[in-house]
Amino acid sequence: MRLLRFTIRFTFVAILFVAAFAPSAHAQIAVRGETVYTMSGAPIKDGVVLIRGKKIERVGAASQVAIPSGYKVLTAKVVTPGLIDAHSTVGLSGIFNTSGDQDQLELSAPVQPELRAIDAYNPREALVEFVRNLGVTTLHTGPAPGMLASGQTIIVKTAGRTVEEALVDSLGMVTFTLGESVSQNFKSPGTRAKSVAMLREEFLKAQDYAKRLKLKDLEKRPPRDLRSDMLLQVLSRSVTALFTAHRATEIMSVLRLQKEFGFKLVLDGGAEAYLLMNELKAAGVSVIIHPTMIRTYGDAKNASLETAAKLRAAGIAIAFQSGYEAYVPKTRIVLYEAAVAAANGLAFNDALSALTIDAAKLLGIEKRVGSLEQGKDADVVLFDGDPFEYTTHTCGVIIGGAVASETCK
Amino acid sequence: MLKPYLRFKLIPLHIFLLVFLSAPLHAQTPPMVFRGALIYPIEGEPIANGVLVVQGGKILAVGKAADVVIPAGAVVQDVSGKVVMPGLVDTHSHIGRGDGADASAPLQPSVRIMDALDPQSDGFKRARAGGLTTVNVMPGSGHLLSGQTAYLKLRDARTINDLLLCVTPNKPVDVLDPDCIYGGIKMANGTNSIRPAPFPGTRAKSAAMVRALFVRAQEYRDKIKAAAGNAERMPKRELELEALVQVLNGQRIVHHHTHRADDILTVLRIAKEFGFRVVLHHVSEGGKVAAEIAAAKVPCSIITIDSPGGKLEAVNLMYETGAALEKAGVLTAYHTDDGITDSRLFLRSAAMGVRGGMSRQKALEAVTLAGAKMLDLDWRVGSLKAGKDADFIVLSGDPLSVYTHIEQTWIEGRKLFDRSNPEDYKFAVGGYNAYRDTGGDGLDDKGGER
Repeated sequence: MRLLRFTIRFTFVAILFVAAFAPSAHAQIAVRGETVYTMSGAPIKDGVVLIRGKKIERVGAASQVAIPSGYKVLTAKVVTPGLIDAHSTVGLSGIFNTSGDQDQLELSAPVQPELRAIDAYNPREALVEFVRNLGVTTLHTGPAPGMLASGQTIIVKTAGRTVEEALVDSLGMVTFTLGESVSQNFKSPGTRAKSVAMLREEFLKAQDYAKRLKLKDLEKRPPRDLRSDMLLQVLSRSVTALFTAHRATEIMSVLRLQKEFGFKLVLDGGAEAYLLMNELKAAGVSVIIHPTMIRTYGDAKNASLETAAKLRAAGIAIAFQSGYEAYVPKTRIVLYEAAVAAANGLAFNDALSALTIDAAKLLGIEKRVGSLEQGKDADVVLFDGDPFEYTTHTCGVIIGGAVASETCK
Repeated sequence: MLKPYLRFKLIPLHIFLLVFLSAPLHAQTPPMVFRGALIYPIEGEPIANGVLVVQGGKILAVGKAADVVIPAGAVVQDVSGKVVMPGLVDTHSHIGRGDGADASAPLQPSVRIMDALDPQSDGFKRARAGGLTTVNVMPGSGHLLSGQTAYLKLRDARTINDLLLCVTPNKPVDVLDPDCIYGGIKMANGTNSIRPAPFPGTRAKSAAMVRALFVRAQEYRDKIKAAAGNAERMPKRELELEALVQVLNGQRIVHHHTHRADDILTVLRIAKEFGFRVVLHHVSEGGKVAAEIAAAKVPCSIITIDSPGGKLEAVNLMYETGAALEKAGVLTAYHTDDGITDSRLFLRSAAMGVRGGMSRQKALEAVTLAGAKMLDLDWRVGSLKAGKDADFIVLSGDPLSVYTHIEQTWIEGRKLFDRSNPEDYKFAVGGYNAYRDTGGDGLDDKGGER
């Protein structure tokens, strides 16, 4: 009896303890915003987002969604879904830019699709925290452009102590580059024509590998080859090829390769994409547009601040990226790139869509993130004004129901 | 022979107008009035429904509609709903396809960037699209001393002389005139200049090399003084030291790249030892030693980069530096360091300063008057004030809003950027073949600082 009483008492204390401490990571939170951009319908004036555990419990106008007692209440002028950086190198490329923290390019050979971002991503990297504090909750990150095939990307949340904790998808896309940067990094390919020839050779080899894998005679089957394995996944359309190309010439080469080998394609960069909108639309290609403020030299010399607006107007799906920076700053901020696009012809709502739900769709993760809807991951950002204004601050970031930042940055 | 006024009458009207409108002698053109805008004169409070009167390349008057008399015969432009502010002053840029010192030595004070600039470069047109009117173009980088900088007014130029600005009032530009200072000296410490020999390998060696050069310059200056104007007693000309004598005499300002707090203090120490005037540039960790900078009464020209890092000394480069310096009472300007940041988006730097806690007034000063002071050019540019150069920009709205566009850039009374003109528009937004020569102003071919 005594024992039972003790057990009951202990259980009660334990429940109190759990209630007091354990949920601090994933508390019940109510975010109330003067304007809530859900990205799954019209913006809600005086809206509420209820969060329970890691997920969104309910979203609606404050007049209809009562905040239950015990919920931590956070308020903001503007509330949006967590921002998605559709192509970054953050976590592979570190803040110091010394040899010890630069894992975004492996320059031993120009074709290495077997390299996995999961084996190089540092979730504790200072730049991960920096972009998170500004509202980026999902990163599609991986190798930098600059190799014909530079490896595999991952999709992560900007939270988590280990890459495994951060992962949304351990295999995002396989990255390819056509352009000047490849010839700067390698002796061969030294020309555009050679670049395409080398990639065609690689795809043909992978096709041959696939054939030989099916041989009845086990002896004649090839030994497992990581590179061909990965190219085969691209050819069989189980993983998307992310092709970085800026100039019209290279973009046309990418479309030609896609037609020849039939892989799933997303175009990355696209400084001259505005010259080929009919072709891109006909091919059904989405574009992760270069950072709006990209420096206009080299392959990106002809970049325009209006490209995002033009592609969107042509009905081409777009998302924004921070891209890759070799020097100062070490990363761009995808929110700022969307902002400058919004100031140069792209409608506010289209810019915010490209930064959230459209990016989620492009990356195939729209069931989990990209909008504020019941059942989705509780990734929420709080702003003290128009998110795109230079002088607005990001004042709160919630990732998977946990408050990651409450300071105005 | 016809009397002059009769001869005048015989000239067909269209030829008369052509000659009249294109006459280089500004004084003959009628005054121009810009009426109805919200004017930020920078010196003084913002003026709602303000009036700006310019003539002959100079500002005649600025003020409230009720207070400013519109001169007879003035050409009046209604700019209601717009914002007018001074042309922007950029204290540190690499536009114009110039270079600077080479890899032969860490200290090269005889090198002048004016000998390497392309006055017709697209970079200047891009800068005007960003509202820039006065720019300090720096040679660089990676040296302890990479040469003499050039203070430029972004006029419509064919030759470098069309661009140069002399810091001495009422002096025509003459590059051969020893009294005409048209630039500063670019120096640096920290990691950029630590390289294989003959460059220094450590910070202490960097400082020692700089001090040794300034000791030589002091000795050279003293010999010149001792000669007391007697040509026979003058020391042999030393090109390397001549510009440094101007520095020691306080005529030429040192523009000093420095990031880390200890590097900043090293600059202050050496400046105090030799008594030269210095502007600290970049100053990533300025917030950590703001009190020391303020006590030394040294101004800071800082930069906004979107994220910290990219090199070791910039890992603490934050949006809050401007606010920290303002709080400490340090004169603070922003610069583009173009191509590190884009001249077209220079106002963004000031706005990010406000995001980091700076006041609006000081942030706007930081892209105008504060920079002008750091170039010894505040007597002619940096604010809208009677007598100063008619350098101003017309904006579609709040200068610190992302949605605002620069609609017009006027330099010395001439409209040199007009967003409504398709040729100018392409310099503002880019596009196919918009820029013919931007091979990476200030950047090497891998995107590193040149």
